[in-house]
Amino acid sequence: MNKKASFSLLLGIAFVALLLAVMLTSLFYTPYDANEMNIAERLQAPSAKHWLGTDNFGRDVLSRIMVGAQTAFLVGLLSAVIGLVFGFIIGTAAGYTGKWLDELLMRGIDGLLAFPGILLALLLVSIFKPSMSQTILAIGVLSIPSFARVVRSGVLQQKEAEYVKAAKGLGAGHLHLIFKQILPNMISPILTTAALSFSAAILIEAALSYLGLGVQPPDPSWGRMLNEAQSFIRKAPWFTLAPGLFIMVTVLGFNLLSDGIRDLRDTRQ
Amino acid sequence: MNYFVRRLLTLLLTVFFVVTLTFAAFRIIPGNPALTILGTEASDEQIALLEAKLGINRPLPEQFIDWLRGAAALDFGQSLRFSEPVLKLIGDRFPVTISLALLALTITIAVAVPLGIAAARSKGKAADMMISIGTQLGLAIPSFWMGIALILVFGLVLRWFSVSTYVPWSENPYLALKSLLLPAIALAVPQIAIVVRYLRTTLLEQLNLDYVRTARSKGLKDHSVLFRHVLRNALLPVITVVGINFGELLAGSLVVEQVFTLPGFGSLLITAIGNRDYPLVQGMILLIAFIVVAVNFVVDLSYRILDPKIRMK
Repeated sequence: MNKKASFSLLLGIAFVALLLAVMLTSLFYTPYDANEMNIAERLQAPSAKHWLGTDNFGRDVLSRIMVGAQTAFLVGLLSAVIGLVFGFIIGTAAGYTGKWLDELLMRGIDGLLAFPGILLALLLVSIFKPSMSQTILAIGVLSIPSFARVVRSGVLQQKEAEYVKAAKGLGAGHLHLIFKQILPNMISPILTTAALSFSAAILIEAALSYLGLGVQPPDPSWGRMLNEAQSFIRKAPWFTLAPGLFIMVTVLGFNLLSDGIRDLRDTRQ
Repeated sequence: MNYFVRRLLTLLLTVFFVVTLTFAAFRIIPGNPALTILGTEASDEQIALLEAKLGINRPLPEQFIDWLRGAAALDFGQSLRFSEPVLKLIGDRFPVTISLALLALTITIAVAVPLGIAAARSKGKAADMMISIGTQLGLAIPSFWMGIALILVFGLVLRWFSVSTYVPWSENPYLALKSLLLPAIALAVPQIAIVVRYLRTTLLEQLNLDYVRTARSKGLKDHSVLFRHVLRNALLPVITVVGINFGELLAGSLVVEQVFTLPGFGSLLITAIGNRDYPLVQGMILLIAFIVVAVNFVVDLSYRILDPKIRMK
């Protein structure tokens, strides 16, 4: 178990680090301008000049994939932050106070969960105009329930622990108990959830953008690249490969990271 | 309180929340929805007419009560674009989406149960490792990319399937099944991964329990312990997972339908969102949420009925 745990963790870290490196590199270097069109060189197969070929406007696919990583990370990170902040507030309020507030908040969370994944995002983008910030907000909202549940069950468990009772007996206030006593003991489940929420966010962003309801041009997105690629599947089948592969590796990396952190905690206990 | 009554109350509370949320969501549309739909060149009369049609010219509480009443009767009003009742439009598309979801569910169970058993039986060995790698990949593949890959391989290279031609069941069941098979596989892959992982874990947990040791010590063969005792207990939690994920399956089919241009919920919803056909969007989203809540309720109850240990509590 121990060996497998560290293996997932290491592989997860390796994948995520690799993509992080691609993303950071794209901030100051891409082989070509990601938005530069060149109709003469459209839909070219991978070559020494264009490693991953060119798209239907003759834009360099590798450069667009690299810049697309910025979108993926931005959406993943910010939506996880939204989910964590609101999930933490709701989960703590429910678990710490208990009683009717707990019941009310948790039924609200159940209600949110009745809108499976992308449906809640579709609801939100149908109200506002699809855009990057809209996508982040929508995915952030739908990641609230998992954070709220993890935080709530953690708080419920920890608040009965001896050390919390002791701190309470010594006269510690509620905020001190929550942030200084309980929170440090919940870091691992929160990190596990955060990594999972990151990979879910990337999948949903890709799906939304594939449907044309997520990140809008000119911001590059792996999901929209797949949509464009599908239209030219007969002429340039290889064009469908790279965006999907990058989505998959990113999601795989964060899933493994999440598994690794969880297993690490399990073996310690 | 009786479990059933309590569960029914929480169900009603959840449904109420869902109905309220879909109502509230469409009341926070920035600006005047009628103006957004018609564009800035619309005359005041046109706007007033549409406002009356949408019912947004009346007081909010009145609108809410109307919405509740409509939702209870599954009457979601008229589509703006198609000038037909929302429920009828949904009904026309329903068979495609539901048969896609059910086919994907069937594939999931047919593939995941044997794989899960195989993984648990060969714990730590090569087969287990292979299945484990496979499930990690299955969880990470976006279903729409999987769909595109299936179209490429089976539709364009091997030419086993004609792509993007949907045939209704009533016309030709064989061709209907054929047109749904690839999308159902694309949809099933992540679900298979989830169920295999879950089944493997529960099987391994069960194998460590006392009753397994008893069964073994009285001389039962490994496979008969597995199939007669362990599997029965391990399948119960699997039902729950499959049930909870049914919603994800429906939501996933919205996207996969677009890949294969199937005339189901997905295309209707995407068109409705594009047209700002608010009554249609609102009705569809609420109906899917209803289905999800209902399936979870049924799964929860059947779980209680199937497992005598829980029933007694």
